[in-house]
Amino acid sequence: MKTRFIRIATLLLALFSSVGAAIAAEPVKIEPIKIGALFSVTGPPSFLGEPERNTAQMVVDEINKTGGIKGRPLELVIYDTTGDPTKAVQLATKLIKDDKVVAIIGPSTTGETMAVKPVTEKEQIPLISCAAGSKITDPVNPWTFKTAQNDTLAVARIFEHLQKRKLDKVAILTASDGFGASGREQLKNQATKFGMTLTVDDTFGPKDTDMTAQLTKIRGSEAQAIICWGTNPGPAVVAKNARQLGIKLPLFMSHGVSSKKFIELAGEAAEGIILPSGQVIVADLLPAAAPQKKALMAYVQDYKKNFGVEGDHFGGHAWDAVMLLKKALEQGADTPAAIRDQLEKISGFAGIGGVFGFSAADHAGLTKDAFVLVEIRNKDWVLVD
Amino acid sequence: MDFSQQLSQYLLSGLATGAIYALIGLGFAIIYNSTGIINFAQGEFVMLGGMFGVYFYTIHQLPLVAALVLAVLCAAASGVMFERLAIRPLRRATPLGLVIITIGGSILVRGIAMLVWGKDTHALPTFSGDEPIALAGATLLPQHLWIFALTVLLIVVNKLFFQYTITGKALRACAVNQRAAGLVGIDVRRMVMFSFLLASGMGALAGIIVAPLTMTSYDVGIMLGLKGFCAAIIGGMSNGIGTVLGGLLLGVLEALGAGLISSGYKDAVTFVILLLILFLRPQGLFSSGESERV
Amino acid sequence: MRRELIKFALFAAVALAVPATIKGGYLLNVLVFVGINTMLAVALNLLLGFAGQISLGQAAFYGLGAYLSGILTTTYGWNPWTAMAVAAMAVGLLAFVIGFPILKLKGHYLAMATLGFGIIIYIVLNEYVDVTGGPSGFSGVPGLGIGNLHFDSDLKSYYLVWTMALLVMLLAVNLTQSRIGRALRAIHDSEVAARVLGVNARLLKVQVFTCSAVISCLAGSLYAHTVTFISPSTFGFHFSVELLTMVIIGGLGSIYGSCLGAALLTLLPEFLRTFQDYDIVVYGLLLIVMTMFLPGGLVQGFEMLWAGIRRLWPGRAGQDA
Repeated sequence: MKTRFIRIATLLLALFSSVGAAIAAEPVKIEPIKIGALFSVTGPPSFLGEPERNTAQMVVDEINKTGGIKGRPLELVIYDTTGDPTKAVQLATKLIKDDKVVAIIGPSTTGETMAVKPVTEKEQIPLISCAAGSKITDPVNPWTFKTAQNDTLAVARIFEHLQKRKLDKVAILTASDGFGASGREQLKNQATKFGMTLTVDDTFGPKDTDMTAQLTKIRGSEAQAIICWGTNPGPAVVAKNARQLGIKLPLFMSHGVSSKKFIELAGEAAEGIILPSGQVIVADLLPAAAPQKKALMAYVQDYKKNFGVEGDHFGGHAWDAVMLLKKALEQGADTPAAIRDQLEKISGFAGIGGVFGFSAADHAGLTKDAFVLVEIRNKDWVLVD
Repeated sequence: MDFSQQLSQYLLSGLATGAIYALIGLGFAIIYNSTGIINFAQGEFVMLGGMFGVYFYTIHQLPLVAALVLAVLCAAASGVMFERLAIRPLRRATPLGLVIITIGGSILVRGIAMLVWGKDTHALPTFSGDEPIALAGATLLPQHLWIFALTVLLIVVNKLFFQYTITGKALRACAVNQRAAGLVGIDVRRMVMFSFLLASGMGALAGIIVAPLTMTSYDVGIMLGLKGFCAAIIGGMSNGIGTVLGGLLLGVLEALGAGLISSGYKDAVTFVILLLILFLRPQGLFSSGESERV
Repeated sequence: MRRELIKFALFAAVALAVPATIKGGYLLNVLVFVGINTMLAVALNLLLGFAGQISLGQAAFYGLGAYLSGILTTTYGWNPWTAMAVAAMAVGLLAFVIGFPILKLKGHYLAMATLGFGIIIYIVLNEYVDVTGGPSGFSGVPGLGIGNLHFDSDLKSYYLVWTMALLVMLLAVNLTQSRIGRALRAIHDSEVAARVLGVNARLLKVQVFTCSAVISCLAGSLYAHTVTFISPSTFGFHFSVELLTMVIIGGLGSIYGSCLGAALLTLLPEFLRTFQDYDIVVYGLLLIVMTMFLPGGLVQGFEMLWAGIRRLWPGRAGQDA
């Protein structure tokens, strides 16, 4: 009986140890953490999607080079939505069902985000959008976050500045695309709050080649300032046309053109234009103590090293999205639900777009300090207070 | 700022934009008249002109004139290549097949341009400064004068070419009846190729001359091509003054629509008028034309 | 006719059996869109392949269907099915009215007129912000349901969309086999000759145009209720061109060809994705090469292949004997 017990015990021991050895001997296969990304790398919004794709890939590569997150590498699956909401929906489904990602970054535009939102909501996958439209997170949906600054904040910056200069009659000229339309909505909504009268409310096609007609109308009105909302090249044409018509009114643009490209396109006509912008373009002008300084400088230099041009704030939205995810993952979250919970707890994170602080009631996470007002002088940016 | 001043600015701006459409429309008309093909890729040659211009001027730092000439030559060469590789091999060409193949061609050209030059928008410097010129209470840029001058020049050269040179006459013969033209010894295939050379060259010229004002990028061809096509249709697909008038009318309508009615619906206004023209006078506004199109 | 019905029944059986053979997931989702695009391609093919009338404005009817359904159900709280029927009737009426002047035109003038119409509708969808939501789109469209059955998964949507698509295909097959179909083909070949033979060409063309518009409108409604978000960019000029490509690549005048074309063009981006940024170039090349070497479309290609195999077969059989 005793010998039998010993025999069994030995056998069991041998068995366990051999299994243990086998486990130890087999190289530990570490599952990468799969993240999905939807950017419009081609198509009309490619000016957003391309820097976003580049940045996201760059950041993920860097994270993996330094050992991943908690020992696990990140795997980024990027699809090109070409700016088409239908494609965005299909690809979101693909990311969730076939690639089995734990979270999705993007899409680049508000329209695509609104199209994808119902899908990620239903499948309960966190979505960190890189688009600006405020309706993405208003009303708040538990699964949807965003990194691009709300138009609301940019509009508020401009109106505050106008108030300070005692100008209250403005003409608005917005592009008839998603970006322009969203800006127009915000401009109209907040005008009364800041005591502004909109004397002219006009639009232009994003591919239009001449805006003198609209500007002539504005010149004939009582407007004291012009606010133009759009992305390149439309606003550059507006700037040139305004100069051609000899309009002396102060001209304001949106953060949609806060890149050196705009100065290059508008040339002389860009001088004196004021616009709200993320801090990335003025990173070197910021005081060393500014909370975002470190992140901004690092991002601008990294991007320049990898892609030969300076990083802009569009790419910055992707940087923020990946870094926010990284923060959530570092807290030990690796399921969609846990990531969502951790994202909502992030506060005081100094990224490219601003200092993020999410909560259950706020999934946009930024205050109007995310924007600074800059003026174009001598083909460069100058801070306006 | 009184109303008449505003109106004169609308008219002048409209004419300036219209001249651009006219330049592009002429390219459509030339190919259509000698081959019966509506070349949906015409807008892409306008884009190629602008992009080649930027390429030679900003990247290779050539003087503007040299960049301009080289760009036109390169775009014209692309036009000929397009004809040789896509249009000519098409046996038993149906009008529909040709529509599809030119659409395919335009997608291809646009795609290649995107891959080679990237997706950025570029600007060329104006040819002679940015100082606005005042005219009848309205202002224009010197570049607009260049556009007007080029349009007039092209009408005159076109007229002379089609009336007095042997090649021009041969092209016209092809337009009337290709088989008959072949029978009297005209090399119809060469004429088709020639019309592509001409049209793409002219498109490229238009693309370069407008690039300082409107900027250029790989995807400007779609909208410009569409507007040029409208100009040609309004003008009854004529090789000369008809299309130019069509373009100018289109431009003025757009400017007036934007200024007086609604900037958002200005293109809709334009297209409603285009439809009315098609319904009431399908041969175009400015030609007496045959009734074959109805 | 009976042969046609058997062919159709076979096709329908295969279409309805497809979900059982795939694991679901993403492919099923794409196949839902293949179904919607099949409806659109068949609608265009009726016009283009049978009556010989080109249209570059099909996306407009598609968009009108989507927006009418979306607005009536979301803003005004209508029942989706009622909204769908009302939208179809309204779009049918519109098509009937504009059909008379538009179809008087021929060739590229017709192309231009339909293109213009498409652009006008697009601009209205884009600019009438208060009603359509403008460029940023219109969200919150409810899904479809019958009683307690809600079409909220890809599988259910698949059956909903493909039932509609198959009905449309059946209608088209019937139409082309009927007296009307023969009259249409006569118009296609020579309108003058058809008129001489007593075909009321003008009315018939307008009727087909209307029918095509109504089918496209229904497809639009389905799109709106399946995706639950709509924005103007889906219904622009480029989509009209894409539809035209589907019909031509599949084969003019072939109902099954349209389905094939729709499937190919919807699935193509999936295969091209490996080409990354090069996909747009490949797409353009494919269009050119197809038109150049296979002007009758894929269906013609298959027929040639089939004829080739059959020619090969008796030869081999003969050798064996």
